[in-house]
Amino acid sequence: MILQVDNPVVEVHDLTVSYDRKPVLWGIDLTLPAGSLVGVIGPNGAGKSTLVKAMMDLLPTGSGYVRIFGKSINEVRKRISYVPQRESVDWDFPASVFDVVLMGRYGKLGLFSRPRKADKDAAMEALVKVGMESFAKRQISQLSGGQQQRVFLARALAQNADIYFMDEPFAGVDIATETAIIELLRIMREQGKTVIVVHHDLQSAAEYFDWVVLLNMRLVASGPTGVALTQELLEQTYGGKLTVLSKVGDLLRKQDFPSREVKS
Amino acid sequence: MDAFLEFFSFADANVRYVTIGSVLLAASSAVVGCFTYLRKRALVGDAVAHAVLPGVCLAFILSGTKNPFILLIGAFITGWLSLICIDFITSRSRIKEDTAIGLVLSVFFGIGILLLTAIQHSGNAAQSGLDKFLFGKAASLVGEDLIAFSVVAVVLLVSTIVFYKELTLLCFDQAYARTIGFPVRALELLLTTLTVFAVVVGIQAVGVVLMAAMLITPAAAARFWTDRLPVMLVLSALMGAFSGIAGAFVSYTAPAMPTGPWIVLIISMIAILSFALAPSKGWVARIIRQRRNRSQMLEENLLKLLYHLGEQKQAYTAVHTLQELLQRRAMPEKQARAGLHKLRNQGYVKKLPEGWQLTTQGQRRGQRVVRLHRLWELYLTQYLHLASDHVHEDAETIEHIITPELEQKLMEELSFPVLDPHSSRIP
Ligand SMILES: Nc1ncnc2c1ncn2[C@@H]1O[C@H](COP(=O)(O)OP(=O)(O)O)[C@@H](O)[C@H]1O
Ligand SMILES: [Mg+2]
Repeated sequence: MILQVDNPVVEVHDLTVSYDRKPVLWGIDLTLPAGSLVGVIGPNGAGKSTLVKAMMDLLPTGSGYVRIFGKSINEVRKRISYVPQRESVDWDFPASVFDVVLMGRYGKLGLFSRPRKADKDAAMEALVKVGMESFAKRQISQLSGGQQQRVFLARALAQNADIYFMDEPFAGVDIATETAIIELLRIMREQGKTVIVVHHDLQSAAEYFDWVVLLNMRLVASGPTGVALTQELLEQTYGGKLTVLSKVGDLLRKQDFPSREVKS
Repeated sequence: MDAFLEFFSFADANVRYVTIGSVLLAASSAVVGCFTYLRKRALVGDAVAHAVLPGVCLAFILSGTKNPFILLIGAFITGWLSLICIDFITSRSRIKEDTAIGLVLSVFFGIGILLLTAIQHSGNAAQSGLDKFLFGKAASLVGEDLIAFSVVAVVLLVSTIVFYKELTLLCFDQAYARTIGFPVRALELLLTTLTVFAVVVGIQAVGVVLMAAMLITPAAAARFWTDRLPVMLVLSALMGAFSGIAGAFVSYTAPAMPTGPWIVLIISMIAILSFALAPSKGWVARIIRQRRNRSQMLEENLLKLLYHLGEQKQAYTAVHTLQELLQRRAMPEKQARAGLHKLRNQGYVKKLPEGWQLTTQGQRRGQRVVRLHRLWELYLTQYLHLASDHVHEDAETIEHIITPELEQKLMEELSFPVLDPHSSRIP
């Protein structure tokens, strides 16, 4: 159940990603349609974060390639925005909410230049969108989990990108925040942006997304929510670990085997 | 006092060299250290500091001179090499970074000591003084050193200002920095180079063993006082500069005292003081806060008690003796008495010959505590489905911390209730 689309915004071709020689994603091959809200779904340790990081070129890939807007990611960085998992940074860093959101403008600014008035306006607008404007001066360590998530979201919004990759934006946030965020994502979709969200709650997935990617070490399904989010495919995604696959991965690591033969 | 004036007149050229050198070194390495600290790479600084020793020795062996520039080039090369080794080991093997750092540090330092010993036994007359790299010798700084110091200090300060935005993002969220197209590898390289620079220059003054402290301690101390990075940078530089001057002064008044170790000692004392005294994060502030909370709880409990007794009799201005209060709620008599006197001074109770009476303000505050207590009990039973006999203990603490906004919200969520779970009226 892997549907490919024409003129995809994201194309992942035969992607294999390994940590320390052990592959955790095997031969992922998918395309995503423009202007959609995509959910990446799978159990813990399925490789969802890994897939997103590999798409953003944050990890060395064993084989395959990723194309965004038909180009390699380094050519389109300015049109892409990444919302990492909230736990990936130390929130005790000496910075205010506004400082962090302003970082969303750094990519556009380039090296050496300081944020200008327009950048500060953009950061403030982004804060208003996530309903955090009254927290602008607050030290980031004093935020709740939901507020931290909103700050990360605001930083991404300040980038004004065309495609957004979000790793678990709903993890550990309250219902009110979740509703506010999904509302925001829908508005972004209306504006023609593509939003790719790592998500683990099956209940809400059907309601939130119009395209889902089911993942568990390999790609189980990729298609419109209506056809791809079925009981049978979910069972394949969540049911039992692929013990053979992960054993083979261990072997590759222990014996220092490349996961692909080196082409000469 | 004389020594003080003499020192600070800076009439003596030697005093000038030592002081300016120490200040430049301490302030500039503190600024670079802030970023190292925030990147949680404190140990790396230590490794580099130790790894420069073999470089210094090799440079001496090869060149046969003690020209500071040649020795520093040697130091720079091995300092750099050690970082590359750490990087290589962590990326190419399953050894964790802290282990790799320890490994590299001890191997490089070991080789350095070996070379140093060999040189000392070689009978080369020029070698005397080379061991100053071990513990530093700020007191022997000369004009020539000062030029090198100033150049490096300016390079360090200017680089951190020019790359402020980039270094900040690198320290806060490296993955994000990469996704927006920052040259993360190059920035890492830059920060590493700055660290090596700071170390290489600093070792002349404080030596390899103590150099890491010059990088990290001011940053850690400054972090206690502020939540803003620009302030932290300035503060750490000032703290570094102060310890530089103070260290130079100590060794001036007592020539037997080594400057470098004194600088480190003083910056460490500043760090300890910061840990103890910093507002809100410091140890003393925490104790004061806890004490204030305790006395607030005691006072509010007394007001609540008087209110409860009044509620029973339906007469809130009734007068109660201390004994009555203690019968109703066990607490140390001395504390209760002290609390009541404090409440009297604040105008919440009156002391009459027969006992204690609530003032109008006292009634209000007592009523509020009772209301919050009962509201919270109700909230716990309704929203957390706790049994009504399990909620009292929780409410005993929560009643003291609920803010007026939260109170309003509670009232709304419970749709302005009248009775608590024990069927007492919510006042
Ligand atoms: N930095 C890493 N080094 C080694 N293994 C990793 C690393 N990050 C993740 N893994 C492993 O890769 C697998 C996929 O992880 P991840 O992508 O984080 O899963 P998910 O986000 O779906 O929970 C897991 O088995 C995890 O243990
Ligand atoms: Mg994950």
